[in-house]
Amino acid sequence: MIKTNKKTQKNIILSLENVSISYGTFEAVRNVFCNFKKGNITSLIGPSGCGKSTVLRSLNRMNDLIPNCSLKGTVLFDGTNIYDKRVDPIEVRRRIGMVFQQPNPFPKSIYENIAFGARINGFAGDMDELVESSLRKAALWDECKDKLNDSGYSLSGGQQQRLCIARTIAIEPEIILMDEPCSALDPISTLKIEETMHELKKNYTIIIVTHNMQQALRVSDMTAFFNAIEYEDGDSGKVGYLAEFSSTKKIFNSPKEKTTQEYISGKFG
Amino acid sequence: MEEKLTLFKNRKRFGIEKNIDIIFKNTALVLSSFVAIILLGIILVVFFQSFESFSRYGLKFLVTSEWNPVKDEYGAFTAIYGTLVTSFLSLLITIPLGVGTAIFITEDFVPKVVREIIGSFVELLAAIPSVVLGLWAIFVMEPFFRAFFVFLHNFFGWIPLFSTEPTSRNSLLAILILVVMLLPIVTSIARDSLNQVPKKLRNAAYGIGASRWKTIFSVILPAALSGIMAGVLLALGRAMGETMAVTMIIGNSNAFSWSLLSPGYTISSMLANQFGEADGSQVSSLFYAAFVLMILSLVVNIFAQWLVKKFSLKY
Repeated sequence: MIKTNKKTQKNIILSLENVSISYGTFEAVRNVFCNFKKGNITSLIGPSGCGKSTVLRSLNRMNDLIPNCSLKGTVLFDGTNIYDKRVDPIEVRRRIGMVFQQPNPFPKSIYENIAFGARINGFAGDMDELVESSLRKAALWDECKDKLNDSGYSLSGGQQQRLCIARTIAIEPEIILMDEPCSALDPISTLKIEETMHELKKNYTIIIVTHNMQQALRVSDMTAFFNAIEYEDGDSGKVGYLAEFSSTKKIFNSPKEKTTQEYISGKFG
Repeated sequence: MEEKLTLFKNRKRFGIEKNIDIIFKNTALVLSSFVAIILLGIILVVFFQSFESFSRYGLKFLVTSEWNPVKDEYGAFTAIYGTLVTSFLSLLITIPLGVGTAIFITEDFVPKVVREIIGSFVELLAAIPSVVLGLWAIFVMEPFFRAFFVFLHNFFGWIPLFSTEPTSRNSLLAILILVVMLLPIVTSIARDSLNQVPKKLRNAAYGIGASRWKTIFSVILPAALSGIMAGVLLALGRAMGETMAVTMIIGNSNAFSWSLLSPGYTISSMLANQFGEADGSQVSSLFYAAFVLMILSLVVNIFAQWLVKKFSLKY
């Protein structure tokens, strides 16, 4: 577990302090301490049901939309607890964008998909320029510059996902959360998204949940391995916890925990 | 070759079952054709029955308000105006009310139990027979709104719609009772189509920092628009064709007035009032009015379909 004094670590942009998340009475993850560094790509890996997606969704308060979901502990973003009552969740989501598992463009034109988010967030500059630069950053510009007025749904799955990334970039967030962004895509689209992520790393902090360990290895600087264990109080359900958090190299080459070793070598998952 | 044929020989369903398939298919075809045949039949009958009146009065029928069986003079302008004004104004009130209710019961502003109770009450509203609503309108709603109508006339009398002294049977009452009847239709269909909007669209909007307000009005509603519009059309059909409650409350007067506070007429209520003792050219004129009613709802339908195509988001 990493319990460092936040004042001594300057590069920390987001940190979880003793976070536990429950759905109703069911506890999904327990006692997570974790610091995300600015400008890094951090992967969250682990078997199904370990709560990694839950943790990811808690980072920009998307969990607020799930009834009964509650969080204990603090999530510090730039030194502010985003779960403080005075914090506006809409502002949190604007500064911490999210790309979802299923590509979910709006049923509008490609242009509008990007302009919509920017407009509602008060963007007043040159919209054409913003659309172009966002699409370029998401490596989609060359493929769709001639059909900006076509529906976002006319694109292939991989392109749609990059459109969603472009849409997220357009609102100029500081962090981009990605929830298994490639799980619905073919290998070539996956590689393109990964290339895009390497480009984005220059300007953004990225936190990605992935089931694909090769992907974690390819894209991320840091890796957090989540695992699930039986309740010690004899309940039948499992609760997720952060088993190991370290640099990706360390996790994959010399993990400290035995379960990490077992998971990355494919013994369970 | 012989071996391959056994593949077919062994199939027992070759005989009877296949014939049953054919019979079933043809029966289904005949039965479903009946819908089209009946529709065409009704249109033809109405058209031919109205032919006498049509050739005698022509389009003048649509713009004059004289309705005098003794002198054989017929004009349906009052009824046409009444039909249009009652159905459109009642929709105008119902749409925001119904869609608003639908939004309220599909979002999570209040606990699910409360929403479900409200939802089922709205649907139960549709179960009240229209004659009961008409009775209620006469004995409860009219006295309740009387003071309000006087107020409307006193302060907004300069608007032609409120330019006469309110009477105890008038078009505005018909509009209000129509609202009660249309509300469950619009609400339940709007609710269903709002529920069908994929969750991922909502996530997408929230994920880029859209407020709930913005999400509902820029993403969810446009995506549900075609369904909502279908509900509105159904309601419009009901409003134009509704007879019983309207006939009871509207006053049934063929004297034309712009004012909603004076007695009016709709095509449906005119038909209901007059078919009993009509004969000769009056029957033909009633059929003519009925034909106009059908054309009106057809035109409105086509217009609405075009609107939906233009403004809905396809997901």
